[in-house]
Amino acid sequence: MATQKQEKSVIWDWLTTVDHKKIAIMYLIAGTLFFVKAGVMALFMRIQLMYPEMNFLSGQTFNEFITMHGTIMLFLAATPLLFAFMNYVIPLQIGARDVAFPFVNALGFWIFFFGGLLLSLSWFFGGGPDAGWTAYVPLSSRDYGGLGIDFYVLGLQVSGIGTLISAINFLVTIVNMRAPGMTMMRLPLFVWTSFISSTLILFAFTPLAAGLALLMLDRLFEAQYFIPSMGGNVVLWQHIFWIFGHPEVYILVLPAFGIISEVIPAFSRKRLFGYTAMVFATMIIAFLGFMVWAHHMFTVGMGPVANSIFAVATMTIAVPTGIKIFNWLFTMWGGKITFNTAMLFASSFVPTFVLGGVTGVMLAMAPVDYLYHDTYFVVAHFHYIIVGGIVLSLFAGLFYWYPKMFGHMLNETLGKLFFWVFYIGFHLTFFVQHLLGLMGMPRRVYTYLGDQGLDAFNFISTIGTFFMSAGVILLVINVIYSAFKGERVTVADPWDARTLEWATPTPVPEYNFAQTPQVRSLDPLFYEKIHGDGTMKPAEPVTDIHMPNGSILPFIMSIGLFFAGFGLIMLNMDNPIINPWIVAIGGLALTFGCMFVRSIKEDHGYHIPAEQVKADLAELKKGGN
Amino acid sequence: MAGAVDTSKGLPSHPERATLEGKNKFLGFWFFLGGETILFATFFGTFLGLRGGTADGPTSADLVALDLVFIMTMLLLTSSLTSVLAMFAMKKNNFKAMMIWMWITVVLGLAFLGFEIYEFHHYVVDYQFGFSTSAFASAFYSLVGLHGAHVAFGLSWIIVLLIRYRKSGITLTNAPKFYVAGLYWHFIDVVWVFIFTVVYLMGVGG
Ligand code: HEM
Ligand SMILES: [Cu+2]
Repeated sequence: MATQKQEKSVIWDWLTTVDHKKIAIMYLIAGTLFFVKAGVMALFMRIQLMYPEMNFLSGQTFNEFITMHGTIMLFLAATPLLFAFMNYVIPLQIGARDVAFPFVNALGFWIFFFGGLLLSLSWFFGGGPDAGWTAYVPLSSRDYGGLGIDFYVLGLQVSGIGTLISAINFLVTIVNMRAPGMTMMRLPLFVWTSFISSTLILFAFTPLAAGLALLMLDRLFEAQYFIPSMGGNVVLWQHIFWIFGHPEVYILVLPAFGIISEVIPAFSRKRLFGYTAMVFATMIIAFLGFMVWAHHMFTVGMGPVANSIFAVATMTIAVPTGIKIFNWLFTMWGGKITFNTAMLFASSFVPTFVLGGVTGVMLAMAPVDYLYHDTYFVVAHFHYIIVGGIVLSLFAGLFYWYPKMFGHMLNETLGKLFFWVFYIGFHLTFFVQHLLGLMGMPRRVYTYLGDQGLDAFNFISTIGTFFMSAGVILLVINVIYSAFKGERVTVADPWDARTLEWATPTPVPEYNFAQTPQVRSLDPLFYEKIHGDGTMKPAEPVTDIHMPNGSILPFIMSIGLFFAGFGLIMLNMDNPIINPWIVAIGGLALTFGCMFVRSIKEDHGYHIPAEQVKADLAELKKGGN
Repeated sequence: MAGAVDTSKGLPSHPERATLEGKNKFLGFWFFLGGETILFATFFGTFLGLRGGTADGPTSADLVALDLVFIMTMLLLTSSLTSVLAMFAMKKNNFKAMMIWMWITVVLGLAFLGFEIYEFHHYVVDYQFGFSTSAFASAFYSLVGLHGAHVAFGLSWIIVLLIRYRKSGITLTNAPKFYVAGLYWHFIDVVWVFIFTVVYLMGVGG
């Protein structure tokens, strides 16, 4: 067993890393790239809709863009960006040296990444999927859907496996790896919401995996699940899809709630109001999230009884959500609020999200939904939740945790400018879409006729999108500018914050905590500032620290799955260059081979000797940290 | 490290959960089984939804021969019992008995798989009941086949463990591995009980 890691080249280091902090940064980069890609598609769609009867995009391209935009945003942008923060912050916030399964953590990232790549390859093989992100049959069936759907099915299948195993990793980490004294009812809310979101992933991504498998069997192996003339049923797909699809919204929005619940107390200089109520509200939302899937299917003909049940169940979610909203407001109430960029995003989240919630209750009224269904009202509603909720809190989290992750601040002036440009753009884009929807403009159409009262609002909406794009460009400029000119951060706690991640030195050493901290209260760091000397008490002496070895296997295993998926897609290609089965089975063999190697070879990791940890500590003292 | 722990003076009472690594594996595996449960639930739901969609092909009443399925059920239930006995042997630090009971489990599992292959073959050849015959057929083969694939995977997993650790004795490293494989095997068994009820008994009885 080696006691020291050998020096390696930088690229090799990133390809083989199992350090949760590096994996977090990889998620951040990959998620951002996909976010920009899907954002550009959104911009193009809005340009196409700027004037009536535009010819900027063809109808076919528009359909492909809608599908890819929605799919990428949800699976390959929002989820990984949240995973980035979860990976970075959860172990630090619970006082752990690492996650429970570092190898699986790396594997989860690479599988997600190669799954996303597989989906994106569709552009090079005759066009993207075009049946919407919901891939309703028969649009996506073997009779009507093109090759793009196969990329959708297998790309999502592969990347979904990555998401699933990462979720299990988070769950075990949170249950088993907490520092002494960090009881479940002292977990920071970001950890709580991530925990519950991971549970939802476990129970929602598995039906998705099953549904995708069924669709794949239908399309590639002549199964008959969704072929009515052979006894199949198309509504079955909708049920399976939405049993996944509705919880998916909560998978994304709960950790976003968590970020808000960290940022608002930190910059209001008050503890979070109603901690216990927040925890239980999160659980109730998650539970109800599973009971309401069919509110997406009011118009499919389930009948008045089913519609009523699902309508009422949906509306009850407003209660725990309302509790959360009021707790955030009470946290700010009477606080000494600092409106920096992170806090601007966090506090503006609250009213925006409320608006999205209100239109949600409106949509939950089944009879009226016959009116709104598949109009721009729905588009406006879910973008208020997704952009006004999730994206705003992602930005809040970015500005909040950036100094810990990268060792320097983002520029505040540029940050605030970004906030205002983006926020105004957001409302310009999506507020008027409520009105468009009420006027009857259907969603998922690539153009509309002039002089029907739709022109002005569509124009305004597109202008808003330009603002949002300008905002994102400002963010990119900010990131680049701050990397060179930004204020360096070497102190552990630049915000004078409350939770344990701010007790680690900046930059965070690979072992996170030289000594596992002893947690004595909720908001442990803040407690020590008031009742102690402002630093965490160690729960153990300085000893050798056990670390896992890096490994290239996760990368290779993911390439294996990538080829397995690609081989299956080749079955539907007209003239595949090589036998698809060779690719598919070869890929699977690669993955299972690595799994075999991994389970046969015992890898006990290495130790960082206590002397070195002591030397690190002494170095920090000298630096006045 | 864990593998180097001296086990000659006896193991802790729960060798599979004695180390943090073991605890993590143990808990992680339970979560994984939670996901698997939902996966099977979705396939069961699909089967129930499409059970009537036979498109003038064979129905389950035409196909099912309960005596065959009964033998299969007995094989799998017994194998679950032998894997429990293996875990008892593990907790008593009786390596040899654990290995023997595990090998018996493997043999029973292989026999089950053999019968299943025969069953599918029989349906296809004698009833022209293939995967594409009807929605019911697709749902039947995917549900029962998914279970069969789990059996095959579980068997390969256990066999690899048995060969890899054939001489090592019980250690704090391999105890969690055997234990988790044993849990997986029970899970497969429980799923089969549901398949037996939903697919076969309900298939015959309506
Ligand atoms: C930030 C600027 C954004 C703009 C301008 C934008 C624009 C659009 C447009 C024009 C559509 C097509 C609507 C239709 O015809 O039905 C759409 C659909 C959609 N968007 Fe966005 N979007 C944005 C952000 C996001 C984000 C961040 C997410 C998720 C994380 C998201 C998720 C979706 C989904 C799921 C659909 C539905 C796709 C479908 O109907 O299949 N969007 N968006
Ligand atoms: Cu929903």
